[in-house]
Amino acid sequence: MAEIKVETGGESNIIIKRSKLAVLGTILRRDWQLYSLLVLPIIYLIIFKYGPMFGNIIAFRRFMPGGKIYGESWVGLHYFKMFINDPTFWNVFKNTLMLGGLTLIICFPMPIIFALLLNEIKAKKFKKFVQTASYLPHFLSIVIVAGMILQLTAVNGTINSIVEFFTGEKINFIQQAEWFRTIYVTSEIWQTMGWGAILYLAALTTIDESLYEAAKIDGANRWKQTLHITIPGILPTIVVLLILNIGSFMAVGFEKILLLYNPLTYQTSDVISTYLYRVGLESSNFSYATAIGLFESIIGLVLVLSANGISRKLTERSLW
Amino acid sequence: MKESKQYKIFKVFNVSILIIIVFCTLYPFLNVIAQSFSSEAYINAGKVTLFPRGFNIDTYKTIAQDSMFWINYKNTVVYTVVGTAISMFLTTIFAYALSKKRLVGRKFLTFFAVFTMFFNGGLVPNYVLINSLGFGNSIWAIVIPGAISVYNMLIMKSFFENMPEELEEAASIDGLNTYGILLKIVLPLSKAVIATMILFYAVGHWNSWFPAFLYLDQKELFPVTMYLRNMIAGVTGATSAGASSADNLTQISANIKSVTMVLTILPILTIYPFVQKYFVSGVMLGSVK
Repeated sequence: MAEIKVETGGESNIIIKRSKLAVLGTILRRDWQLYSLLVLPIIYLIIFKYGPMFGNIIAFRRFMPGGKIYGESWVGLHYFKMFINDPTFWNVFKNTLMLGGLTLIICFPMPIIFALLLNEIKAKKFKKFVQTASYLPHFLSIVIVAGMILQLTAVNGTINSIVEFFTGEKINFIQQAEWFRTIYVTSEIWQTMGWGAILYLAALTTIDESLYEAAKIDGANRWKQTLHITIPGILPTIVVLLILNIGSFMAVGFEKILLLYNPLTYQTSDVISTYLYRVGLESSNFSYATAIGLFESIIGLVLVLSANGISRKLTERSLW
Repeated sequence: MKESKQYKIFKVFNVSILIIIVFCTLYPFLNVIAQSFSSEAYINAGKVTLFPRGFNIDTYKTIAQDSMFWINYKNTVVYTVVGTAISMFLTTIFAYALSKKRLVGRKFLTFFAVFTMFFNGGLVPNYVLINSLGFGNSIWAIVIPGAISVYNMLIMKSFFENMPEELEEAASIDGLNTYGILLKIVLPLSKAVIATMILFYAVGHWNSWFPAFLYLDQKELFPVTMYLRNMIAGVTGATSAGASSADNLTQISANIKSVTMVLTILPILTIYPFVQKYFVSGVMLGSVK
């Protein structure tokens, strides 16, 4: 039995018990305008977000470009077996793990260190200047970022001038597979360090000043204060962001890689998303690429859910 | 208050590190600007770092005369304005409706939206969908598929939830309906969050290139990011400027690339100092959960 509060002529609220249908009618009569606001967004979600999710059905069906959008006939797990037996798939899987792992290990702590260093600066103007400069890369199109990377790592670029000064030789970085990970991770630090520090800086301002006063009286130096007050103070923020990062660990920078890689570096630069892009959209193996994409999405979902679950158990902090 | 000797040393070290960080952050920008004003000979010799060498503004003139560049630039402006308007409309009405506690099914609908943040259909099914809708080679392929960012919607929703309910109750007693309350009461009080959201969406649209890369094949429809992308990818004869000024058609000069990059970043760099604080406040709003 459902209950609903109904306003009756400005007098007291009475609770009327009715059948569900009548309740629904009352709700709609009262709030139809509110519901009307939901119509377009929900249609949008159904078509453009849930539509492609169900579109994954073509991973289990034979799909012909230009044919039916849900494919022609069932083939079961054919395409999944295909990628499991595809050595290229396992190479791109490994590359994805490597780039994702390196990003997590190297790029995640950077904003924390940066925020801690900034926190020790008392000169407001200097601090503001450093912050403003450090946020800038975040606002660039990835195309510009790629353009800058290509320019800096070019044979006649700045980095090669430095390398040549010390070693007398030049390196064609962008065409050598062994340099790709370095380029990817370094540019990732450049793009994310400043912007990533915002939330930590905010968390730092919420730490109670009296804790520091008390620590000083106890004779703790600035390092001890950082260890025992500052870091515990921002720990909740670190945990939440770590969960988010672990959850999106497999979602490496697809667009950046697409702009930076080339056949000479595939051995280290090709990741799941770029591979399925080439297989699917350049070679028109739609079903095969969809199977790989579905596999990746499911791993992503499992990672988010487990990171969240583990965090809830260990720290009682979670995203939901 | 006394500071230990180690802390003083640390402070010097700290300021130095931060100055190095700032330098490294800004260097690519300065290098691009310097190259855009330099002559090709100096660039090829690897001699251009912070300042232009062999000062030259001919390339700026060449690009400025390339009609395709301006057509693409205009497309970027159109996609940004139309895309941001659509995004703002949908995001605002969605967030407002979901912010009302009396809305039956609110929890489910929020979950319905949030789930799409963690699980998406993937590249190929999206591609198939957009093309089967007939969006290929049209503005719709650019502005519709990413219209609602659930993350932005949640920021707005939490902002609306924190508004005092009495205001809206008073307005409804005065005879305003839901639409009237949203337009006349809620939105005027939400200028800060609206400004932030507009900036988030506008920068996203301004910087976007991948949907254009996937769904557009007519150069006349490209945003300027695609003009640049074809240039850095070294697509032969991608632009009339590249083709007419360079002797070697297969290689577009670093100088031309730099000029295009500067012209593309310029609007962002110009407004950046003024709007930066809205972005930061947007991130803060987003973290309140």
